[in-house]
Amino acid sequence: MNGTDSGVDFSVNRVAAMVRRYWYLLRSSWPRVLDLIYWPAVQMLMWGFLQTYLSQNAGYFAQAGGMFIGAVLLWDILFRGQLGFSISFLEEMYSNNLGNLMMSPLRPAEFVVALMIMSLVRLAIGMVPVTLMAMAFFGFNLWSLGFALMAFFVNLILTGWAVGIFVSGLLLRNGLGAEGMAWTIMFLFLPLTCVYYPVAVLPVWLQYVAWALPPTYVFEGMRALLIDHVFRADLMVQAFAFNILLFGAASFAFVKLLDSARTHGTLLQSRE
Amino acid sequence: MTQPVVPAIAADNLVKRFKGATAVDGISFSLPAGSVTGLLGGNGAGKTTTISMIMGLVVPTSGTITVLGAQMPKQRYRVLHRMNFESPYVDMPMRLTVRQNLTVFAQLYAVPDIAARIAVLAEELDLGDFLDKRTGKLSAGQKTRVSLAKALLNRPEVLLLDEPTASLDPDTADWVRGHLERYRAARGATVLLASHNMNEVERLCERVIFMKKGRIEDDDTPARLLTRYGRETLEDVFLDVARGTGNASEAAQ
Repeated sequence: MNGTDSGVDFSVNRVAAMVRRYWYLLRSSWPRVLDLIYWPAVQMLMWGFLQTYLSQNAGYFAQAGGMFIGAVLLWDILFRGQLGFSISFLEEMYSNNLGNLMMSPLRPAEFVVALMIMSLVRLAIGMVPVTLMAMAFFGFNLWSLGFALMAFFVNLILTGWAVGIFVSGLLLRNGLGAEGMAWTIMFLFLPLTCVYYPVAVLPVWLQYVAWALPPTYVFEGMRALLIDHVFRADLMVQAFAFNILLFGAASFAFVKLLDSARTHGTLLQSRE
Repeated sequence: MTQPVVPAIAADNLVKRFKGATAVDGISFSLPAGSVTGLLGGNGAGKTTTISMIMGLVVPTSGTITVLGAQMPKQRYRVLHRMNFESPYVDMPMRLTVRQNLTVFAQLYAVPDIAARIAVLAEELDLGDFLDKRTGKLSAGQKTRVSLAKALLNRPEVLLLDEPTASLDPDTADWVRGHLERYRAARGATVLLASHNMNEVERLCERVIFMKKGRIEDDDTPARLLTRYGRETLEDVFLDVARGTGNASEAAQ
């Protein structure tokens, strides 16, 4: 595992070194930890109270218990999964440490795996307390979804990582000039993946776009589960297939953008 | 049958162009193992681009560069664990303590017995007083010593130094040079040093490569350069080469 003769060698030890680096950073800064919980909690409370209001005034929403809270929690898995990945990468640019890493024996694949692990760590720190708050405030238990939650989670985190990998490639190639993409790119998915409403609401031509995005299947699957009490395994399998394609395309783009960064000499000039 | 001697670093007709501008223009050199070479030149001469290509961070437009027999950047993972570098243009994470930073990099370089290696470097580079202090809280001199410790963690066979004593007071700078001399003597490492400090180059380097506008203007020992240019100091030679004055044009031929 620790071989050094070719670029395809993979070292768990080097991945652990990078996870250690981000863990040191996270535990050194309480505002960073607080930031992981703050916004998901605000979103959950806002949508939770809206759902409470609607369920008191409309029969349909009374039946669809927890639909908005479930949607916002799953949306946060998608959004925070990508952001957790991208922020760890951005930390290297903010600290001007990318040159040290690129000159070290760390392989790009090891770097990416470390960022994925940190995305899970950051997601756990942010989301676990918020799901407990949803239980306390609105009686919505996300964990009771059991196997379905696992299928939703796997599909959403894969999409988050794929987008995170692509954004990291853009940052390598374009420096901090592309930072805005890391914070906003996922919002393109918010209307298109139909987080809070069925795909049928979209114009027909836009429905084709929506069904090309893996999270759409997850949010449709969530509504099927909460409204019709049916777990749509077929939707999860389709989402997974699209995720494999998306992940492959993002990885390919990352390698090409890294090659381009080496050609254009931007690895040591990552600031702007 | 004797084995051919592989140079530690070899550049052959190396060219790098960025959007039409030529940063490095067909340079060739070969550095034997264990040598200390100064890479000199004014701003924009092509030194940093050359070092970046040696490190595998920049792909040459044409020509080849090999380090310890591996072609860069294609075969970089064969040799990156045997190299290291120090530069004022990159930093280590500021919120991590010195010990945490050194631990992370030691693990990246698969250094055995990390705690013992850090203890040795802390002793040699006098880091003991601030080993558990955040890197961002250190003075410029302390940060340079920490960067040097990072560069020496894996006992590199090839050490690339870009302005290793920039922004240091004369006492600390002298101390850093002394340590580099001792490391080179003990390890037999190949050192390539980019610097604007001519005293430093005269003290450390047995060979000097002058670059100007992406080309090698001259390449010789400091003593022979002084004789050939008829100058007392390397700084005067530097000025002759940079401005094309004095004996520069004849000396370069």
